[in-house]
Amino acid sequence: MLEVTGLACMRGEQQLFAGLDFKLTGGELLQVQGENGRGKTTLLRTLCGFIQPLAGDIKWQGKPVRELGEEYYADLIYLGHLNAIKDELSALENLRINSEFCGCPISDSVAKSVLRRMGLRGRETFPVKLLSQGQRRRVALARLLVNKAPLWILDEPLTALDVGAVGLMQELIGEHLHNKGIVIFTTHQPLEVAGVETRRLTLS
Amino acid sequence: MNKLSLWGLFGLVIRRDLMLAMRRRADVLTTLIFFVIVVSLFPLAVGSEMDMLRKMAPGVVWVAALLASMLSLGRMFSADYLDGTLEQMLLVPQSLSILVLGKIVAHWMLSGLPLVLMAPVLGLQFDMSGQALLVLVFSLLIGTPVLSMIGAFGAALTLGLRGGGVLVSLLVLPLCIPVLIFGTGAVTAVTGGVSAASNLSLLGAFLLMSLLFTPWVSAHALRISME
Repeated sequence: MLEVTGLACMRGEQQLFAGLDFKLTGGELLQVQGENGRGKTTLLRTLCGFIQPLAGDIKWQGKPVRELGEEYYADLIYLGHLNAIKDELSALENLRINSEFCGCPISDSVAKSVLRRMGLRGRETFPVKLLSQGQRRRVALARLLVNKAPLWILDEPLTALDVGAVGLMQELIGEHLHNKGIVIFTTHQPLEVAGVETRRLTLS
Repeated sequence: MNKLSLWGLFGLVIRRDLMLAMRRRADVLTTLIFFVIVVSLFPLAVGSEMDMLRKMAPGVVWVAALLASMLSLGRMFSADYLDGTLEQMLLVPQSLSILVLGKIVAHWMLSGLPLVLMAPVLGLQFDMSGQALLVLVFSLLIGTPVLSMIGAFGAALTLGLRGGGVLVSLLVLPLCIPVLIFGTGAVTAVTGGVSAASNLSLLGAFLLMSLLFTPWVSAHALRISME
């Protein structure tokens, strides 16, 4: 359970938001909305602990995330604007290294089947620099499938994805919510998950 | 949830960085070639007076090693910072200091160790004696990891800044002066007929001190830089 109370954030001289309260339990989906520059990314990065909030508390399972530290990181997947994949490595190597970093190493065959599900059949061993933007995003998103962390924080997950991949993302988010996971995301494209009501938080 | 062990993380970071370096061999080679060229320029410029060359050899090799290690510092975190993998590293559910230590060790293996191995060959250009060469290599072996560690701290602090490359040199070079003094001191001592033990012990002390503190300090600096 993620609980945010009275959260306020500054970027430079500008106050982006203040007095933000919300509470998410397993199976809930939260979309953060707002125009460009309203602090959507800042909010997500604050939730990940990259940015110190000006005021307010973020609690995970009832404990402040600052105190939890590594325990909290083990329960969290963050997908930022950047794909966090290495151009020199292949999709397969990227995925295997990323999964090792989060403490759940996978075998070659599991990694291949995950990449196939992400629509990268036949591209597994190409250096990532040869792939298109959308395909790179798919490699980055493949991390969601190998990590069992319950909290997903996704910043614009649909950037550069085609219609098929957007459908796949909806499916993945649906499965995750079904397994009592929590998803927080931002997007400017419509993203609806069947059978789940999307909660919306608008920053203005 | 199974968790990555400390040693597991340490090994993983080194393995990953070495693998990446093998895909980008030019980066490793430029540092080494820079070192070789700088050291080789001195006999050409100063002339072939053996006595003088022998005297300045340790200083030249050490300064060149220092400059070469500055050259490669920019790469320690910046590539990972630019493609977002550093962000993910901060979220690794394990000690960030160990991760940083892994990166430092990998950096040393790619930029420091080749210099250590190359130094005796270069020392021959300066007509150094066998014993002096041995001490030179040994002092570099203890000293270059310290350079990587102090450098990591500087690189972490200047991450994402414009002109960070120059800034990191200004920040790190003064801190490396003690290493330079005792590194060259060891070789001068042995050529002067005195034991190099005191200089080498002090270098060893620097190594232990920086091993204790720099990963931790660099990890904090990284967190600040990522805000």
